[in-house]
Amino acid sequence: MEKALFNYLLRLADSSLIIGHRLSEWCGHGPVLEEDIALTNIALDFVGRANALYEYAGKVEGKGRTEDDLAYLRNERDFFNNLLAEQPNGDYAQTILRQYLTDAFEIHFYEALSTSKDETLAGIAAKSLKEIQYHLRHSSSWMLRLGDGTEESNRRLQNALNEIYRFTGSLFETDENDSVLIAAGIVPDLSAIQQQWQKDVDAMLEKAMLKKPENVWMQKGNLQGKHTEHLGYILAEMQSLHRALPGVKW
Amino acid sequence: MTTKEVRTILAQIPDPEIPVISIEELGILRDVNFENDECIVTITPTYSGCPAMKAIEQDIVALLKENGIHKVKVIYIFSPAWTTDWLNDAAKEKLRKYGISPPEKTTADKSVLTGIQKIVKCPRCNSENTELVSQFGSTACKALYKCKDCLEPFDLFKCH
Repeated sequence: MEKALFNYLLRLADSSLIIGHRLSEWCGHGPVLEEDIALTNIALDFVGRANALYEYAGKVEGKGRTEDDLAYLRNERDFFNNLLAEQPNGDYAQTILRQYLTDAFEIHFYEALSTSKDETLAGIAAKSLKEIQYHLRHSSSWMLRLGDGTEESNRRLQNALNEIYRFTGSLFETDENDSVLIAAGIVPDLSAIQQQWQKDVDAMLEKAMLKKPENVWMQKGNLQGKHTEHLGYILAEMQSLHRALPGVKW
Repeated sequence: MTTKEVRTILAQIPDPEIPVISIEELGILRDVNFENDECIVTITPTYSGCPAMKAIEQDIVALLKENGIHKVKVIYIFSPAWTTDWLNDAAKEKLRKYGISPPEKTTADKSVLTGIQKIVKCPRCNSENTELVSQFGSTACKALYKCKDCLEPFDLFKCH
């Protein structure tokens, strides 16, 4: 049970850290000041959540690893984040789309997780859920503004959808850890979440005048540590200081 | 020193980003306890990634040291999740005077989900003729507004 929970916590923490890092790349580069501030605020929520999840994962594992050890001293193959999180920022349309698809998943997932029988996990989820409401509202408003905006903004958002929709299947990937933890009432069943997500996303795509890509082959493999080529570069950038100066602290 | 006395001391610490109110008034300071001779102070972040938490931890350790308590451990909790419902009316008035529009409703208000704009009063001229500039302001807990009458930009402390 501890092993299953540890692996599951890593999955959640890695997804939060990696998308948080991606969003932080917009710092100083946002299209307008307000969006620069918005994305970096959202990035902070994700990195803060990752910190709490790693800290708890370290406790569950019981080998004395800290949140820094887990974030900075694991290799690409030991990361289990969903494949959507690691996709590049691209243009603003791609960043907004990646964020909307993630937020639409998280709003249902973290609501379900907030009733977990694991009190620590339920507490982290309840806290996160409040923040996800803001994230979703922000990304939804931009989906509509870009999708139902100009010909160019619609084209860019559609291009982004064609490019990254194939990574959404990895949000719902499960393995043997899921069944153990679902049975114990610790985590929700992702198939139920997937139905809610699909319904919301379909409605949004229609409102934003976008066409859902058809016959998409969903890319998976993240739970076995198989990633797209982008993750290695993020880790190289994020971990280089800690690896050059082991144990470095502020 | 009793836990109550320690708590009174810690209640003086201002929030690093909104110095007109203390970490006690903001609801960040959750608990003070002694385990043997070690003082355990429990705090909770407003938002998960609030970057002020480390500064608050340092302030706590430094202030207790000045008061002769040298063994201090600061622990972070996430549950119960921080809410603006913990701010009392006096604290809200301090925010308003400082130029930050305080959270007016309780968190039972779901307008953040429905997208319906609430009436937000300008903290300077009291006008209700204001508009949202960005949902994310200078810190995670605030949104950026503009008063269309006195034309001043201001922060709204988000109801959370």
